[in-house]
Amino acid sequence: MNWTGISAIWMFEMTRFFRSIAQSLISPVLSTSLYFVVFGTAIGSRIQQIEEVSYGAFIVPGLIMLTVLQQSIQNAGFGIYFPKFIGTIYEVLTAPISSLEIVIGYVGAAAAKAIMIGIIILITSFFFVDIQIAHPVFMVAFLVLTAVTFSLLGFVLGIWAQNFEQLNLVPLLVVTPLVFLGGSFYSVSMLPPFWQNVSFFNPVLYLVSGFRWSFFGTSDVPIVASLIAVMIFAGICLGIVWWIFKTGYRLKS
Amino acid sequence: MPTIVEIKDLKKSYDGGFEALKSVSLDIEEGEILALLGPNGAGKTTLISTICGLVSPTSGTITVGGHDVIQDYRAARRMIGMVPQEIHLEPFTRVGDAVAFTRGLFGMRRDDAIVDGILSDLSLLDKKDSRTFALSGGMKRRVLIAKALSHEPRVLFLDEPTAGVDVELRRDMWALVEKLRASGVTIILTTHYIEEAEAIADRIGVINNGELLLVEDKAALMARLGKKELKIHLRDPITTIPSGLEAYDLILTDDGDALVYTYDTKGERTGITALLSALQSAGAQLADISTHQSSLEDIFVGIVKDKS
Repeated sequence: MNWTGISAIWMFEMTRFFRSIAQSLISPVLSTSLYFVVFGTAIGSRIQQIEEVSYGAFIVPGLIMLTVLQQSIQNAGFGIYFPKFIGTIYEVLTAPISSLEIVIGYVGAAAAKAIMIGIIILITSFFFVDIQIAHPVFMVAFLVLTAVTFSLLGFVLGIWAQNFEQLNLVPLLVVTPLVFLGGSFYSVSMLPPFWQNVSFFNPVLYLVSGFRWSFFGTSDVPIVASLIAVMIFAGICLGIVWWIFKTGYRLKS
Repeated sequence: MPTIVEIKDLKKSYDGGFEALKSVSLDIEEGEILALLGPNGAGKTTLISTICGLVSPTSGTITVGGHDVIQDYRAARRMIGMVPQEIHLEPFTRVGDAVAFTRGLFGMRRDDAIVDGILSDLSLLDKKDSRTFALSGGMKRRVLIAKALSHEPRVLFLDEPTAGVDVELRRDMWALVEKLRASGVTIILTTHYIEEAEAIADRIGVINNGELLLVEDKAALMARLGKKELKIHLRDPITTIPSGLEAYDLILTDDGDALVYTYDTKGERTGITALLSALQSAGAQLADISTHQSSLEDIFVGIVKDKS
């Protein structure tokens, strides 16, 4: 393994992140704070408790997941798209570094950033709501698995995208609806039966539900189902990444 | 000289049926400067890109230092540095970090002394902390070279290093290439400037339409094809070559007012003295004499025209 190469990519990506630390951190913290003010305090105070959890606290795991998903996809997508766009990808492709190592470097950095932002949002939430974490180990596991899985998805998008519009299209058109309809702000049990059934096809539901379980010990779907769903999704993304490097899709001619 | 890069029957064709490389075989010797000369779209960049791993070959094999570039890509690539034709640099990275990054990609620990040494050789040391977007075009190109040298490669590929570079910078670049060769690096450069190949290469490969038409020692190529012509302009046009001059293989121009004598500049005797006295004996009145030596350009145009 070319660990030095992996760490070079990882450090390069993290430097990019810290170079624009203001945009990277302030914007998610600000938007999350706004969610807490609007949904948690203003509207949430008029909503009864959900599964014995105050609404303000109930949305915390959902909000963290929403941001971690978006950040993972964005970071990883941009991280690989930008070198492709400006042409610097040539040096990665001519270096003695394997596809797996390239993916570990880029996806690892994107996931690390997303996890950092997730943790910052969690800390921010302590200022707004009273919250306890029932299963911290599971919480961390879900956070890491989700960040890695969606960074893989972002990596795939970054390779696939041929312009900035395409790069932004999928997060906007696909991911945001999935996250909103994945029970970030409500329990699926609040939906009519038909939409409940539809929701079970949404992979994000399992993530949010599992993550929420790690906080409050209650969930929409069994925790095992959540774990299996995350693993399957991660497996699919890994499969696509493997195929990309095997065929050189949009990387090599 | 031992062979450092060995290319055998390399073919690259694209889905549309376009053949970018048609069975190219080439041995590159350690320590030489090889210039790949050819018009735009001849396949020069494809050839380099295939060796460096940017393009997957359709068939054929390439080894660098005995390592197959696909089976044993790590060992092969560790020996290779590549400078692309276009300037590809992350704009916000500092020069020193950009060079250290490439070194890291090649699996080598950060070593500021080595990075500083490379930057200093390229007169870039004072720009170490500058962000690359703030550099001039010539400086950016040097940063690319510094990156390619960051892992101390044995073989350096320069894809059109002087395309769009002004004359002064071009001469700097040639001096740099010479300096690198003196340090033992094998250099392969592509160019469509014939004067560039003539000025710095040891061997010249001519490539056109994906075929390597010839690879030859520059001096031998010049000598083999570098004949000199002596043109003797006559005061009065003639219709036949005067008798007594048969031994010189003279050619009479169409309008009959000049004789052309071809000789080898490297030969022991050019035969010019004898020819001139023979002309005098034959009673020819000379109006003027001119000589012309074919340049690499004439040779190149001749080869490309012959084969197409």
